[in-house]
Amino acid sequence: MTVDPFTLLAILGMAVVTYLTRLSGLFLMSRITLPRRLATALDAVPAAVLMAVITPAALATGPAETLAAAVAAIAALRLPMLAVVAVGVAAAALFRAILG
Amino acid sequence: MTVSPKFPASPADEFRDGMITIVPMIIAALPIGLIFGALAAQKGLSPLEVMLMSAGVFAGGAQFVALEIWSHPAPWLTLTVSALLVNLRHVLMSASLAPKVARGFRPWQRALGFFVLTDEVWALAEQRAATRVLTPAWYAGMVIPFYLNWVIAATAGAITGAVLGDTTRFGLDFAFPALFIALIMSFWKGPRTGTVLAASALAATGTYMALGGAWYVIAGALAGVLVAYVTAAETDESGAQGQ
Repeated sequence: MTVDPFTLLAILGMAVVTYLTRLSGLFLMSRITLPRRLATALDAVPAAVLMAVITPAALATGPAETLAAAVAAIAALRLPMLAVVAVGVAAAALFRAILG
Repeated sequence: MTVSPKFPASPADEFRDGMITIVPMIIAALPIGLIFGALAAQKGLSPLEVMLMSAGVFAGGAQFVALEIWSHPAPWLTLTVSALLVNLRHVLMSASLAPKVARGFRPWQRALGFFVLTDEVWALAEQRAATRVLTPAWYAGMVIPFYLNWVIAATAGAITGAVLGDTTRFGLDFAFPALFIALIMSFWKGPRTGTVLAASALAATGTYMALGGAWYVIAGALAGVLVAYVTAAETDESGAQGQ
């Protein structure tokens, strides 16, 4: 059981900014109305961030991973999250075996 | 929208109601927590570190993103910025829920309650607030089991996952991207989301190839948000959650 100082710093930083985002609405709400255009842009943040995050693993690794990502995306249209994970993992293993 | 809030039941009944409401979310989050812990162990985090992160941050999306860009020593500034970016949506959720707890909650109850305001908690609270008065007892009954479930599952995953060994053999390393793809698709709101994703993917790929490091996350996020802002200007419709 160890705690690395940089890891602790990272956890603290993440915890503080996360709490700030969650508290912010309590203070903002009574004071301002978010312009609709800005709200729409903010709304796109999660998808944009998550897409960027998976880019190296899903799009910039090789054809097997890109294909597995496509299969997972199609599965996500119908299946719950856990099933999508299972399908994605199986597809990655399969395409890697086929394509080397 | 006009609603006719019913009077809240006794605190004990409210607490029990909250617990019943959260059951499906607990079942869904349990294996995700185990996966998170196991993958965190793969990245070299100790079970104690996993427990601290899960208890202190309590945000699945941000925690998975953190693991994806984790290295040693931890790039704490990049990790903090990416947690901020991933959790920016909470600003809107917090703002929309704020008026619903304005009267029934004491200030410390609001402060504590919003510490655990995840997507799931927010969605269920909004659902409840549409027909009932939100009470601290109901909210506590919902979030306490959900919080403990996540922290315990993640820590257990870290303890057991450390002995899993090499994950790439069975494609288990792809659990991450697959999980994110499922999350991304849940944010899908039509062709405009496709434009956002394309912009993000292009910018992220280019930045990743050119610079390496973790800058691709920020580049992709900015490109996606910029495109969302520009396309929103043309027609100006849906998307505002805060109203």
